[in-house]
Amino acid sequence: MDHASATPVKKQVIESMIPYFDQYFGNPSTVYDMGSKIKKVIEEQRSNVSQLIGAKPEEIVFTSSGAEANNLAIKGVALARKKKGKHIIISTIEHHSVINSARFLERMDFEITFLPVDKYGMVNPAHLSRVITPETVLVSIMHANNEIGTIQATPELADICREKGVLFHTDAVASVGNIPVDVNVLNVDLLSLSGVSLGGPKGIGALYFRNNLRLMPLIHGGIQEMGRRGGTENVPGIVGLGKASELAVEELTDKMNHLQKLRKCLVDGIHEKIGHAKLTGHPEKRLPGHASFCIEAIEGESLIYTLTHEGIYSNTGSACASKALKTSPVLMSIGIPPDIAQGSVVFTMNNNNRIEEVKYVLEKLSIAVAKLRALSPIWRKKISS
Amino acid sequence: MKFIKNHPSDDSLDLVCRMCPLHLLEPGERIKCMKKGQVLEVLTDYDGALEDLPEWCHKHGHQFIGIEEEDCYKLYIKKVK
Repeated sequence: MDHASATPVKKQVIESMIPYFDQYFGNPSTVYDMGSKIKKVIEEQRSNVSQLIGAKPEEIVFTSSGAEANNLAIKGVALARKKKGKHIIISTIEHHSVINSARFLERMDFEITFLPVDKYGMVNPAHLSRVITPETVLVSIMHANNEIGTIQATPELADICREKGVLFHTDAVASVGNIPVDVNVLNVDLLSLSGVSLGGPKGIGALYFRNNLRLMPLIHGGIQEMGRRGGTENVPGIVGLGKASELAVEELTDKMNHLQKLRKCLVDGIHEKIGHAKLTGHPEKRLPGHASFCIEAIEGESLIYTLTHEGIYSNTGSACASKALKTSPVLMSIGIPPDIAQGSVVFTMNNNNRIEEVKYVLEKLSIAVAKLRALSPIWRKKISS
Repeated sequence: MKFIKNHPSDDSLDLVCRMCPLHLLEPGERIKCMKKGQVLEVLTDYDGALEDLPEWCHKHGHQFIGIEEEDCYKLYIKKVK
């Protein structure tokens, strides 16, 4: 129930990767036939990934992760365009790889504007329009949020940037493979995706960049990835991402229908069985398999550990940040008070989850919440008042 | 080195931010798709291209027309063969 942090690698994906560990182990940059055959396979996978998001193959650069794709988009554009301006806009609920890339640029004299969001986590397009200046070179606003599941009005935001001649990047790691993602419909200039959330392997991601736009490479090396990302290619990873992309296109409609049913069962069940539980994020404009709650008078971490003993893996927020035991910046941004935000629990389902599992979660969750609340002085105070 | 201004071109290749040896590989591929007599404009911020591209033209039998410097270098190559 924590598929935002990782999805199981599909059997067909694993099978597609295996020959590239031993049988075709060669370096794609070599001039002999093994190298050129592998190079051809990489280009076929580039085409598969591009088809998943409606792009052209030459607009895809493979990276080591979604985080690297976000780094390349933000630092790569900022450094390539610094003569035009040094102002970047991001939202306050971005993934750490976006926020920290922007913070890094701040140390290099770039100015960063953090756009607030409303109670559902939505960026206001009119607000975006107002904060763009002649110095703005890039806007980065995620497509869907990994912690609260909210899907942004990306085409509207991107249109504003296009009209003002500012590049627009979206982190689509949480959305690709879960909802339709087409770079032309979204009207974005750059888009990040990852194998982790797509039923592909870890250690592989990709960045879409429109029409040969200028990107300063972060990893300098040879001619790999058209000179945009040096280093010998992760061939099994690329093959795995390509296969996962191909399967994602085929499965998307059925997956969405399945996940929406599971989510409805889970959300309705939590509202019915557990009092004082608030659904976070947008009630409708949200990822189909995503249910996030703040449950009052409990500690989210305690709940996660209690559920773990019942064989249920869930999360309190993003996998990258939850270990810091810090109040989630995303929940703070949508106006959840810190004491309520502490009771954050996030369930993210995949098409391997079944309705019986959701019912099992509901049963164990209500028991766990009751047990934890029985120990909570905050709960006692709340029910006595 | 011949400096020129506003030279017309039939195709343009933007290699700004891209590193050595892309400034030699990509023009080679692009010029294959062009007709004899056509001019390719190469945009780059790599200083090494100023020496490498004229030499590459000489070696491959193309004419190096000259260079224009704005916010990046613009190098002009005429396909001869």
